[in-house]
Amino acid sequence: MGLFDLFKKKNKDEKSKKYELGMKKTRQGLMGKLKSILAGHSEINEDLFDDLTDAFIMADIGVETTLNFIDALKEDPRVEGINSVEELQPIIIDKMFELYLKGEIVNNNFNINKNGLSVFLFVGVNGVGKTTTIAKIAYRLKNEGKKILLAAGDTFRAGAVDQLEIWAERVGVDIVIKKGATDPSSVIYDAIAKAKKENYDILLCDTAGRLQNKVNLMKELEKMNRVISREVEGAPQETLLIIDATTGQNGLSQAEAFMEVANITGVILTKLDGTSKGGIVLAIRDKYKLPIKMVGLGEKMEDLEYFDLEDYIGGLFIGDDE
Amino acid sequence: MPFENLSERIQFSLRKLTGRGKVNEKDIEDAMREIRVSLLEADVNYKIVKEFINEVKTLALGEKVMKSLTPGDQVVKIVYEELVKLMGDEAVPLNLKKAGISIVLVVGLQGSGKTTHVGKLANYLRKNNKLKPLMIAADIYRPAAINQLLTIGKQLDIEVFQMGILTKPQVIVKKGIDYAKEKGYNLVLIDTAGRLAIDEPLMQELVEIKQIINPDEILLTVDAMTGQDAVNVAQTFHEKLNITGCLLTKLDSDTRGGAALSIRYLTHIPIKFVGLGEKMDEIDVFHPDRMAKRILGMGDVLTFIEKAQESFDEETALKMAEKMQAGRFTYNDFLDQIHRIKKMGSLKGLLAMIPGIGSQIKNLNIDEKKFVYIEAIIGSMTKEERQNPDLISKSHARKTRIANGSGRSYQEINNLTKQFEQMRQQMKAVMGLDESQMEKLSKGQAPMPGMMVQRPKKGKGKNKGGFRF
Repeated sequence: MGLFDLFKKKNKDEKSKKYELGMKKTRQGLMGKLKSILAGHSEINEDLFDDLTDAFIMADIGVETTLNFIDALKEDPRVEGINSVEELQPIIIDKMFELYLKGEIVNNNFNINKNGLSVFLFVGVNGVGKTTTIAKIAYRLKNEGKKILLAAGDTFRAGAVDQLEIWAERVGVDIVIKKGATDPSSVIYDAIAKAKKENYDILLCDTAGRLQNKVNLMKELEKMNRVISREVEGAPQETLLIIDATTGQNGLSQAEAFMEVANITGVILTKLDGTSKGGIVLAIRDKYKLPIKMVGLGEKMEDLEYFDLEDYIGGLFIGDDE
Repeated sequence: MPFENLSERIQFSLRKLTGRGKVNEKDIEDAMREIRVSLLEADVNYKIVKEFINEVKTLALGEKVMKSLTPGDQVVKIVYEELVKLMGDEAVPLNLKKAGISIVLVVGLQGSGKTTHVGKLANYLRKNNKLKPLMIAADIYRPAAINQLLTIGKQLDIEVFQMGILTKPQVIVKKGIDYAKEKGYNLVLIDTAGRLAIDEPLMQELVEIKQIINPDEILLTVDAMTGQDAVNVAQTFHEKLNITGCLLTKLDSDTRGGAALSIRYLTHIPIKFVGLGEKMDEIDVFHPDRMAKRILGMGDVLTFIEKAQESFDEETALKMAEKMQAGRFTYNDFLDQIHRIKKMGSLKGLLAMIPGIGSQIKNLNIDEKKFVYIEAIIGSMTKEERQNPDLISKSHARKTRIANGSGRSYQEINNLTKQFEQMRQQMKAVMGLDESQMEKLSKGQAPMPGMMVQRPKKGKGKNKGGFRF
C-alpha cells in the first residue's frame, strides 16, 4: 500500500456511507451543522465566528486549537475577498485539511517489517477499547495474509485475558497467555520468543488500561517498551494510542503523557459510531503531530476503517442542530 | 498551557480580583473570559458555560458587589455559590428499601466502568449500609464480561448470579432476583452490557429489563473524562429509562471533570457516587459542595476528615495522643500509624484533598514504597527495640543487624532512627502546647504527615471532639 491517499475515490462512496451510518446522525448529512450555521447568518461578523467557535467546541476539538483556528480564519486573506457567507464553507474545510495535514504527506498505513517480525504495542487509558481494537486489527491483517500472534499483556484487569482469548478464537489467530502472570513484560517476552521461533509476521501486544497520571503504571509501560526494543530490532514498529471518541480535553493530557514513555506512532480513534464526534484527535494532531491511523465504528471485528480525513471532517459537522 | 486544572485557572483569574479595593466592569469581563475558557477546557458543556458566565456577571455587577466591602471576595463567593448551584446543592443518597430487596441497575456506554463499579458499589453498600449483596451478570455480549464480574465477586467474596451468554438478559435478571429472594439477599446489583444511547434494540432491552424488575435505582456510569457529548448521552439514557443517578468514574485521572457539571445542570440527574481508582474500595459519595470548593482550591477537607475518621477511631487516637505527650511513642505505634494511613488510600490521594496542597503535589512523585521499606525495617527490629527506640540509636551492631534483616542499607536505618527521634521530640513539644500556641503552630508545619489526632482534653475520654489538623 502506498501513501496516505487522500483523494482516492476507490470505494469512497461505500466508505463514506459506513462513516455516516456509523455516526448515525444523518438527518442533515455530512457538514449539515456547518451549512446550517452559515445559512443562519447574512453577513460575516463576530456573531458568525462565535457560532462557529461553538460548533468546534461542541465537536470536542481542543479549546486552544479552536480559538487559534477561528483567529486564523478571521485573518485569512481569502475571507476578506468573499461576498457571501456561503463562500466561507470551502475555506473552512480547506483550512481544516491544512490543520490536519500541516503541509505533510501523512502516512496512515502501518509500518511493517518486510523481512521478519513486527511488534505492535497498544496503549491507552481504561475502557477505550484496546482489546477490541486488537481483535479488529488482527482480523484485518490476517485477511491480508499475515501470520498474526497476540500477547495477552493486560495482566491486571479481571477478565481481560479471557476477553482477548475469546477474540483470538473468533478471529482465528494464535495467542500467548501466561496464567497467573503479574508482569506484562514477561508475557510479551514469551510472546516474542514464540513469534521469532515460529516465524510470525506481526505480534500484537495488549496492555492494561492505565490513567496517564499513574506514575508506576507508566513506568511499567516504559519497561514493556524496553523489552520489545531489546528483543526485536527496530521494534515496536507501531505503538498505537487508543483514544475513545467520547473523550474531551483530557485526550491532550493522554497524548502528552503516553508520548513521554513510549514512541507513539499514531492514534486509533474508537467508538466513533456513537454520537460523539471525536474532535479531540484533531487537537492532538495539531499539538503533538500524531497522525490518526484508524477509526473504530462498531463492536464487530469488521468495524474498523483506515482514517479518511474527508469523511472525518464531514462527520464533525454532522446534523443535530437545534 | 500554564494551568493544569480548573481550580488553578479560576484561582488565578480571581487572584487578580481579590485583595483589590474596587472592581470595575473591565476586571470582571477579564475574569469572566478566563473562567469561560477554563470551563470549556474542563469539558463543561458550551451552553452551560454561556449561562454560567452571564449569571455570574450579572450578579457580580449588581448591587451585591457595590454593598460589599471587598468586591473581590464577593466575586469569589458568587462564583463558588454558582458552581455549587450548577452541581446541585446537596449530596443525594441512594434510594434503598428499608425492608425487602433493593435493586440497583447499572447502565452506560462501553468502557465507562460498569462492571468494576458494580463490584465497588456492592462492597461499599455491604460495608456502610450493612446489606447483603448479590451481583447479577447480565452482560452477555462483551467477551468475558461475565468472567470479569465473577473474578471481582471472588475477590470481594460476594456471590455472582449468572446464566452464561445464551440466555436473554431479561430472563437472567428475573431469575437472578428470584434467586436473591430465595437466598435471603437484600441488595441486588445488576451489571449490563455497555451500549450506545442510540442503539435502539439494546436500549429496548434495558427498557424491558426495567419493566420486569422495577429497580429502586438506575445508575448511569459516566467516564469523568467525557467531553461535550456527555450531556447527549445522559439525556438519551434518561429519556428512555428515567435515570435516578450518575456514577462518575475515573475521577482519579487528571481530568477536569466538567462532564459532571453539565449532566447535573442540564438533565438534573444527581451524581451519587464517584470512582477514584481501580481498587475495590476506591469509591466515594459525591458531594457537590465539596467539589465546588475543590474547584476553587479550597480543598476537599470534609472528605479527608471522613476518611481519617474511618481509619482512626477516637479511642485509639486518644491513647496515641497520650503516648505522644509523654514521649512514649514507640516503633510499634509508628507501624500502627503507617497501617492506618495505608488503609485510608494512597498518600498522594489524601494530600490532594488538603487545601493549598492539592495543586502543589501534582508533579510530586510520592514513593508509596517508602512505607513498605519502613515496615520492613521495623519488622526486622526485636520486640524490645520497638518498645525502646533508644536501644537502636546508640548501637552500631543493632543497626547493622536490622539493615541485614530488612535488606535496606545501613544509611537508611540511620536516617529512620534519626527522623524517628526528631519526631518524638517534636510530638512531645507539640502536645505540651496550649490552644494559642497550637494555633500558631498549625500555620507552620505539622510534626508529621498523617498525625491527625486530637489532643486529650482534661477529664480524659469525655467530651470527645472532632479531629484536629
